[in-house]
Formats: sequence, C-alpha cells, structure tokens
Amino acid sequence: MSPSVPTRPAADPAGRPAVSLRDAKLGYGNRLLWDGLNLDIAPGEFLAVLGANGSGKTSFLKVLLGMAPLSSGSLTFDGEPARRGHRSIGYVPQQKHFPPDTPLRARDLVGLGVDGHKWGIRLRGRAYRHRVDELLAQVGATQYARIPVGMLSGGEQQRLRIAQALAPNPKVLLCDEPLLSLDLNHQKAVSALVGQQAKGNGTAVVFVTHEINPILEHVDRVLYLAGGRFTVGTPAEVMTTKVLSRLYGTHVEVLHSKGRIVVVGMPEAVIDGHPEGLPDGWPADDLAEGA
Amino acid sequence: MSWADFTSAVFNFTDYAELLPLFRDSLLAGAILGLVGGLIGTFVMMRDLAFAVHGIAELSFAGASFALLVGADVIGGSLVGSVLAALLLGAMGVRAREKNSVIGVIMPFGLGLGILFLSLYQGRAANKFGLLTGQIVSVDSTQLSALAVTALVVIAGLVVIWRPLTFASVDPDIADARGIPVRTLSLAFMFLLGISVALSIQVVGALLVLALLITPAAAALQVTAAPRMVVALSVAFAVVSTVGGIMLALGGRIPISPYVTTLSFVIYVVCRLVGGWRRRRGWTARAASISAHA
Repeated sequence: MSPSVPTRPAADPAGRPAVSLRDAKLGYGNRLLWDGLNLDIAPGEFLAVLGANGSGKTSFLKVLLGMAPLSSGSLTFDGEPARRGHRSIGYVPQQKHFPPDTPLRARDLVGLGVDGHKWGIRLRGRAYRHRVDELLAQVGATQYARIPVGMLSGGEQQRLRIAQALAPNPKVLLCDEPLLSLDLNHQKAVSALVGQQAKGNGTAVVFVTHEINPILEHVDRVLYLAGGRFTVGTPAEVMTTKVLSRLYGTHVEVLHSKGRIVVVGMPEAVIDGHPEGLPDGWPADDLAEGA
Repeated sequence: MSWADFTSAVFNFTDYAELLPLFRDSLLAGAILGLVGGLIGTFVMMRDLAFAVHGIAELSFAGASFALLVGADVIGGSLVGSVLAALLLGAMGVRAREKNSVIGVIMPFGLGLGILFLSLYQGRAANKFGLLTGQIVSVDSTQLSALAVTALVVIAGLVVIWRPLTFASVDPDIADARGIPVRTLSLAFMFLLGISVALSIQVVGALLVLALLITPAAAALQVTAAPRMVVALSVAFAVVSTVGGIMLALGGRIPISPYVTTLSFVIYVVCRLVGGWRRRRGWTARAASISAHA
C-alpha cells in the first residue's frame, strides 16, 4: 500500500530541496521497512518522523547519516549524494550521561563540532573561540559556557548538542529523540530552539520522535512509519483516526484535546504483523533504539 | 628494623651535591617519561582504559622477561609484548567495558608467563626484580637517546591525532556520525599506549605503571575540566612525580618506584581535596564567579 500513499512535494522557494529521497527502499533480509518513499524536504521545513517501536525510525536516521545504505533508490542532500560525515548534516542525538570527570566544559563540547574532526592540535584559537561564542549565544548557553559538561542538566546539554550540530552551518538538522529524558520545560525550550532554527535560519529539520505533542506547534509535515507502511502529510492530514487506522491495519482512535494529540489503541509495536520481540533478521540495535 | 635504619635507607642525602650530576641521564629519562605519561594519561582516563593499561603492563613484563631469558634486548622484548597486547585489545572493540573480562583473563596469563621466564633465567637477580619494580637509575646515554626518540614518536603521533581522538574518546557516537574514523583512531591510540607502557615500565616497573599513566591525569581531572589545563597539570604532576621520585631516591638503597608512586599518590589526594572544595563552593555557579576559572 505504501507506494499508493500520496506524498506531497514540499513547497520549495529556493528551488533545490535540502533532502531528497527518490523511490527509496530499505529492508533487511526479507523484512521490508519501507519501499517507494519519495520525499523532498525543503530548506526551513520541519519534518517529524513518527512511528512505533521497530517501525524503522532509527534505520531512517542511519540512512540519512550515511551509516546504512538504501536497498534501492536514491538520497541526495542539496543535490549531492549522501555519505557518512556529510557537512550538510548536523546531528543532535539523545541526551547521554557524561561522567563527572569528563575533561570538557560546555564550550569545549560545542567546539568539537567546530574543529573536532580536524587533524593535529589547534594552533590559532581566535577564530575558533569566536565561532564557539557565537554558537553558544545562538542557543542561549553563554552563561554556563565554562561549566564541565558532567555537571550540566539534560536540557542544558541538549542546547549544547544543538549548538555543536549547527557549527558547520548544516543544511539539515537531524534530531534523534532529543527530548527523551528531559522534563517538560526543557522539552519545550529545546523544541522551540529547533523550531527557530528551521524558521529563522532556513535549516531543514528532521525530528525523529515517538511523541509529537512537545513539537506539534513547530511541525510542518509528518512522516509516519508503521509496519512496512508509511504516510506523509501535515499533522492535520496524518494524525487522524482514518489515516492511522489504515496505516496500522487496525482501528486506532486519534483524539484531539487542548492542542494535544492522543492516539489510543495503537498496537505496541507493528513489525509486519509480528509483535515486538521476534526480531528475526532485524539488526538488534534497531529494536533497542527504535523506541 | 629500627626507625633510624628505616630513615637512613629511605632518605639519605649524604654527598648529595656530588651524587646529583651523576644521575643527570636518569633525571632526564624521568622527565621524558613523565611528559609521555602525563600526555597519554589524559586519553587513558577519557577512554576509561585504566584496567587495560594494567593488562598491557603484565604482557609487557612477560615480553621483557622472555627477552632476558633468551639474552635479547629487554626493552625490545617489553615493547613487543606491550604493543601486541595493546593492539589485541584495540582490535577487540571500541568500548572499554567489553574488554574488561578479556583483560582479566589475559593479565594473569601474562604475569604467569613472566614468572616462568624469570624462574628459568640464571643471571643477576637484580635484573629480574627491576622489571617488576623499576630500574631507571641504571640508564646510560645510549638508552637515554633511544628513550628520547621513542618518546618523541609517541608525542608526535598523539599531536597528529589529538583533536579527532579527543572527539572519538568523549563522544564516540557523534564522532562516528561526523565521519571520524573512530575505529582506526582507537587502534592508533592503542599502539601509542603500548609503546608508552613499555617505556614507563623502565622507570616504575610493570606493577606500578598506573602511577605514571593514570594517577597524574586522574589528579588533574579532579581540579579542572578545561582541556588544555587538564593536559598541562597532568604532565606537570607526572614530571614532578618521576623527577622528584628519582631525586629523593638517589641516596637511599631502595628502588625509586616507591618514591614515584608515593609522590603521585600525594598529588592525587591533594587534588581530590581541592576538587571537593571547589565543588562545594559551587563549580556549577552560573554567574560572575565563573570568570575566575578560565
């Protein structure tokens, strides 16, 4: 059914999409994650990638990062083919715990994004310091610039992650569940920061998440993955009882309440009709991280 | 042993002024090893490899005692043993945790082999003991230049991979996503670490290598998180421990390693106290007070 789902091409004022997937197919062994995915993400567009555990969200991310190849089809960034470590992509991961004795201050974590990939030691520091200060200011992290990362809160760390990801001026900001394990206030602040980046600086955002509500006001379109099928559209088009029921192949109730969307009756995990826990031929980390 | 016997064995500064110039080469060697240990130690801490260092040291000991037994160059044997062990651990995986059980298996095996070779060896007993507890006082000028050249290779190697290695050490997932060759860097680092362990064994011996490769960096991390400061302090602590240890040991009749290990331990304890005081006073303070910690 997936190829028949209409995928609306993005409104694209600049001409070239930031990300372009053509007839993209991804599968492992005889397991199909998605097929016939045609998707253009315009500069400044905010795309949320939603789906149940094991629906292929993490694999989608790995493909964009160039760490896993497509089974068939093509993927380009700003017209260039995808590869690992592409400068056009900024990557914001899940919040991770830093040991308290990690020898990095907030500004050094951001600095890794500026020149951490270069060989040798840093000889001229002026341009580097200037760029780091600029990035810290951009995400509102200046006041804790000199504090060790192991002593920062999750929300503060995620701001630094965004600054780090923005260092090479990427065309696409790829966020992998960046709100996970943050409290509600930090979730809002980090989402707003990512939203600003899309609207204010024209960076395309691909935001992989299992929970749309914290980012709902910023999202332009949703890519919803479920059990080898997918659908693309605005939140209003996708997040409906009819569309999600058809996607999951079972009745799913979508409720709207006080600006929040609640999906009721969603199967725990849909993997070609198998419940989660039968990962034949499936990369193990995909199941673990796909939540 | 009376207290007077103890102090005269441990601290004896008679004819110190005449003694000191004779040990110029040893002091230089100690300074070079301190420099290497302090530099590489910061990465050992970042990569959580303290246990691996210990394992590499035991295999290095096995290599050295084998060389002693067959009449080959002891430093060469020590180098071969530790580089092989380090590369083996490096090839096994990027994460330190997965390695720990394997290190625990390899380490006693290496130590056992070393003891076997030493028991078979018929030469001077001082040579045997030196491998475990250090023997730098006997360094001659040929050894010193070989040591300096090897140390230079390690330092140059570290400088070349410094930034990507830092990235890959503190944040491997992101470094991988950014296209940094995380695995290759890990192997390159293990190679340099193997050489450093073999060098350090010449000063403090296989059993006490951690005092040079771990303690100074661990002490530095207690008091600062600024990367340059960590490196500077770690090197300073390691050099003070080795050079200071040798200078204290000159007059006494015991090996230098207890002096080196005690000095680095005292530095560590002081740094812990300073670090604790700093944290209580609000290391995480957001406003004006942070400008002092540049």
